[in-house]
Amino acid sequence: MKLDSKIPSGPLAKKWDKHKFELKLVNPANKRKYTIIVVGTGLAGASSAASLAEMGYNVINLCINDSARRAHSIAAQGGINAAKNYPNDGDSVWRLFYDTIKGGDYRSREANVYRLAQVSNNIIDQAVAQGVPFAREYGGLLAHRSFGGAQVSRTFYARGQTGQQLLLGAYSAQMRQVKLGKIKLYTRVEMLDLIKIDGRARGVVTRNLVTGELKSFTGDAVILATGGYGNAFYLSTNAVNSNASAAWRAHRRGALFSNPCMVQIHPTCIPVSGDHQSKLTLMSESLRNDGRVWVPKKKGDKRPANEIPESERDYYLENKYPSFGNLVPRDIASRNAKEVCDEGRGVGASGLAVYLDFEDAIKRLGKDVVTEKYGNLFEMYERITDENPYKQPMRIFPAIHYSMGGVWVDYNLQSTIPGLFVLGEANFSDHGANRLGASALMQGLADGYFVIPYTIGGFLAKVGASAINTDAPEVKDVEKEAKDRIERILNIKGNKTVHEIHKELGLILWNYVGMSRNKKGLEKAIQEIPKVREEFWKNVKVTGSGAELNKSLEEALRLADFLELGELIARDALMREESCGGHFRTEHITEEGEAKRDDNNFTFVSAWEYKGENQEPEMHKENLEFEFVELTQRSYK
Amino acid sequence: MSENMNLKLKIWRQKNAGDKGRFVEYDMENVSPDESFLEMMDELNEKLTHDNLEPVEFDSDCREGICGTCGLVVNGEAHGPLRATTMCQVHMREFKGMTKLTVEPWRTKAFPVLKDLVVDRGALDKIQQAGGYISINTGNAPDAHAIQVPKEASDLAMDAAACIGCGACVAACPNASASLFTAAKISQFALLPQGGPERKRRAAQMVTQMDIEGFGDCSNLGECEAACPKEISISNIARMKREFVGAMLG
Ligand SMILES: Cc1cc2nc3c(=O)[nH]c(=O)nc-3n(C[C@H](O)[C@H](O)[C@H](O)COP(=O)(O)OP(=O)(O)OC[C@H]3O[C@@H](n4cnc5c(N)ncnc54)[C@H](O)[C@@H]3O)c2cc1C
Ligand code: FES
Repeated sequence: MKLDSKIPSGPLAKKWDKHKFELKLVNPANKRKYTIIVVGTGLAGASSAASLAEMGYNVINLCINDSARRAHSIAAQGGINAAKNYPNDGDSVWRLFYDTIKGGDYRSREANVYRLAQVSNNIIDQAVAQGVPFAREYGGLLAHRSFGGAQVSRTFYARGQTGQQLLLGAYSAQMRQVKLGKIKLYTRVEMLDLIKIDGRARGVVTRNLVTGELKSFTGDAVILATGGYGNAFYLSTNAVNSNASAAWRAHRRGALFSNPCMVQIHPTCIPVSGDHQSKLTLMSESLRNDGRVWVPKKKGDKRPANEIPESERDYYLENKYPSFGNLVPRDIASRNAKEVCDEGRGVGASGLAVYLDFEDAIKRLGKDVVTEKYGNLFEMYERITDENPYKQPMRIFPAIHYSMGGVWVDYNLQSTIPGLFVLGEANFSDHGANRLGASALMQGLADGYFVIPYTIGGFLAKVGASAINTDAPEVKDVEKEAKDRIERILNIKGNKTVHEIHKELGLILWNYVGMSRNKKGLEKAIQEIPKVREEFWKNVKVTGSGAELNKSLEEALRLADFLELGELIARDALMREESCGGHFRTEHITEEGEAKRDDNNFTFVSAWEYKGENQEPEMHKENLEFEFVELTQRSYK
Repeated sequence: MSENMNLKLKIWRQKNAGDKGRFVEYDMENVSPDESFLEMMDELNEKLTHDNLEPVEFDSDCREGICGTCGLVVNGEAHGPLRATTMCQVHMREFKGMTKLTVEPWRTKAFPVLKDLVVDRGALDKIQQAGGYISINTGNAPDAHAIQVPKEASDLAMDAAACIGCGACVAACPNASASLFTAAKISQFALLPQGGPERKRRAAQMVTQMDIEGFGDCSNLGECEAACPKEISISNIARMKREFVGAMLG
C-alpha cells in the first residue's frame, strides 16, 4: 500500500493557503444536503461539530458521556499554546513550528505542524470571542506563561482549568447549533463499529448506554474525535471512560494505525496508593519550576524525609542535567525517576515514588508566595494523600498521560478509509514521538475549528450527496456483528471481572512497554498479551443483561479492543530499533545514557494494517521528509 | 497511616426509571482509609460481580473533580461531607469512626433516576441551549487583543465559569431550583463585554427554560452554595435576578 500524505507542494508558509484554494468547495446552498457524523464531544469533536453545523451541514454528534460538556478534554489544566508573540519575546509561527518538530524528536510531518502553528493564533481569537475567561493582566490584555520548558511565553490559560474553559466555549457553540436544529446530539451513546459501503465510511453502529438499544446512523462522512488510548495501560491520567474502541474498530475496518508505541508518560503524578487505585492524578508540571526532585543516596533508606541530611540526598536531575535541572522535558524526568526507583532508592511505602521538595522554595520565596502559586495543588495533594506538602516533600511518580500515536491521517485529516476523518488525540498527526505541554488543546481545536471545515468540503464536493438507508444489508451486517459480540461476552460467565483482566494487561504494558523498553521484554509482552486476550474470551464475567444500563458490559467491550491494541503497541515498539521521544529502547542510548535516534533507518511513521484476528499485522511506512529543518540530537545537559 | 474500616452501606437500588426502587444493605470490610469513596464503590462492585450479582451503577469519569459526572448523596449530603469537594475526591478517611453510610442518587423531579445512582441531568443542557452562548461563528473572531477586559471582571467571570454542571446545587436545594447553575452561566457572560449584545435575550430565555424544565424557584436558602464543589457564589443569583428584571423591563 502506498501512503499518500497529500502534502501540498511549494514553500512551507504557503502550503495551507494554496491547498485551501485548490480544494473543491461545496456550494453554500448545497451544504444542507450532506450529513456528517461526528463521534466525540471533546475539544476536537465539539469544535468540529459546531463549525460544520454553522456552515450549513447537518451534523449528527455522539458521545458516551451523559452531557457533551463532560468529555475528557475538560480535565486539561495547564494551558494552550499560540504563536501570538504578545509578550514580544521573539515568538513566531516559525518558532512554534520548530519547537514542536524538535520536541517531537523529528518524527512528525513538517507541513502539518507548520499549519498547526499558523492556525494557533485563530484559536485564541475564537475562544476570546466565545467568552472564554482567559487569565488577564491589569491592562485588560491576555496573560501568558512559559510552559513545559519553552523559552518563550506563549501559553494562554484560565487558572488551572484551561481545558474546562476551552471545552465549555466549544460546547456553548455546539449547544447553539443543537438549538438551531443543525446538530442532532446523542449523549450516552457509544459507537461500536464503523459502517463501510463501497469502500467508503458511511455510518456507525451504536449502543444506547441506557436502554442497550443498537442503532445505526448513516451519512456522507464520519469524523472520529474519540480521544487517546492511554487507558490501555489500565492506570493513567485519562478519565476512566476514555477508550480506544472507535479508533480500533475503524482500524479493523481498514484504517491504518500509526506509531502506537508513542505514548507519553507524565513525570509528576500522585503515586499509586494501593490495589484499589482506579486512576492516577496529574500534578501540574508547573510544580517543577520551584520544587526540587530528590531521593536518598542510600538504597532502602526508609527514614522520613526530614531525617535524611542534605549530604545524603541525591538531587539527581540537578546533578545530571545542570543547565535544565528539574525542568528537563517530561520523558527525561520520567525515565530518571524510574531509574532511581529501580536502583532501590524510591521513597514511600511502595518504593515507587520520588520526592518533590518545596522546603527551599518556601525558605526563598516565603510560604505566602508558594501558597499563591501552588496552594490549590497542595490542597488537592493533601486531600488525596493525607500528607501536607508544606511540611513534608510531595511524593510523585510518572504515569501514562497522552497518546501521540493514533489513526493514520493525511494532510486533510482523512484516514485510509475514504470519508473517515480523524481529529484530536485520536489521530497521530502532529506530535511525533513526544508532545509538548499545552499543545494537545491547540491541536484538537486546530483540527476542529480550522482544518476539517475546509478539508471535508473538498471530499464532499467530489463525492456528492447521497443517502444510505439504515435498513441496507451492509448496515444490518455490521449491526449483527456488534450484537453477536455483546452476546458472546455476556455468555462467557467466567470467573474474572473486567477490572481484574484489565489490570493484567496494564501490568504487562507498564512493565515491558512502559518508560524503558528492550527487545526481550517486548517479545515477552507480545507473547503474554494474547494469553490475557484468550483468558478474557474464556473467563470474563459480566453480570446483568445487554438491554439495560450496564457499565461492566461497556468496559468489557472496550477492554476487548485494548487487548488487541496493546499487542500492537508492543509490536510497534519492538520494530522501532531506536530511541526517540517517549519511546526509549535501552539498546539505543548515547554514551551519556540518553535517547539515541537512528535517523538513517527510522525517519518514518509506521502505519499498521489489520490482517484479521490473531494474525500478524502488516507495517507500511510513510517516510518523513525534512525540507525545512535540520535534524539534531536533543540535549538538555 | 490509620486502620482499615468496616462499613455497612445502605444503597439505593433501582432497576430503571420505571422501577420504584429500594434501599439494599451491603457489608464492606477492611476498607483502606486511603482509597477514594468511588474506589470503595468499585471494590463493592467487584465483590458483587463475583457473587453473581449486578453491580451498583454510578457515574464518574475524570475522578479529579472537574468533569461534573459524579454525584451522590452520602448520609444526606450532596457530594458527601467535605466542603468544596466532589464525590470522586472524597477519601474514606473522611468517614473515620463511622460504621453506616447511606448512599442515594440526586433526588429531584428534573433529574429522573435511570438506574441505581445514575440520573439524567439533560435538563441542564437544555438551559444552556436556551441561550448560554455568544452567537459568533467560527472564523469571525477579531484579534483577541481587540477586546480588552478589565482583570477584575475577567476574574469574576472565571469564578462563575468554574461551574462543573454536576447538579449538586439542585440536589441540595429544598425547592430543587437550578438557579445557581443558570446564574453562573448568565453571570459569566454578563460580566464580559463579549456577552453584551445578547445579554437581555440570554437572561430571559435561560430563566424561562429553567421553569420549563420543572426546576423550582429560588428562595435564597443558600443550600446550593454550601453544596457546590466549586464554591460558586450565591451572589451570582442576585445578578441573574437583576439581569432578568432588566430584560423584562426591556
Ligand atoms: C489530566 C490531564 C491534563 C492535561 N492537560 C493538558 C494541558 O494543559 N494542555 C494540553 O494541551 N493538553 C493537556 N492534556 C491533553 C488533552 O487534554 C487531550 O489530549 C485532549 O483534550 C483530547 O481531546 P479530544 O477532543 O481529542 O478527545 P477527548 O476530550 O478525549 O474526547 C473524546 C470524546 O469522544 C467520545 N467517545 C469516545 N469513544 C466513543 C465511542 N466509542 N462512541 C461515542 N463517543 C465516544 C467521548 O465521549 C468524548 O466526548 C491533558 C490531559 C490530561 C489527562
Ligand atoms: S468524576 Fe469528574 S468530577 Fe467527579
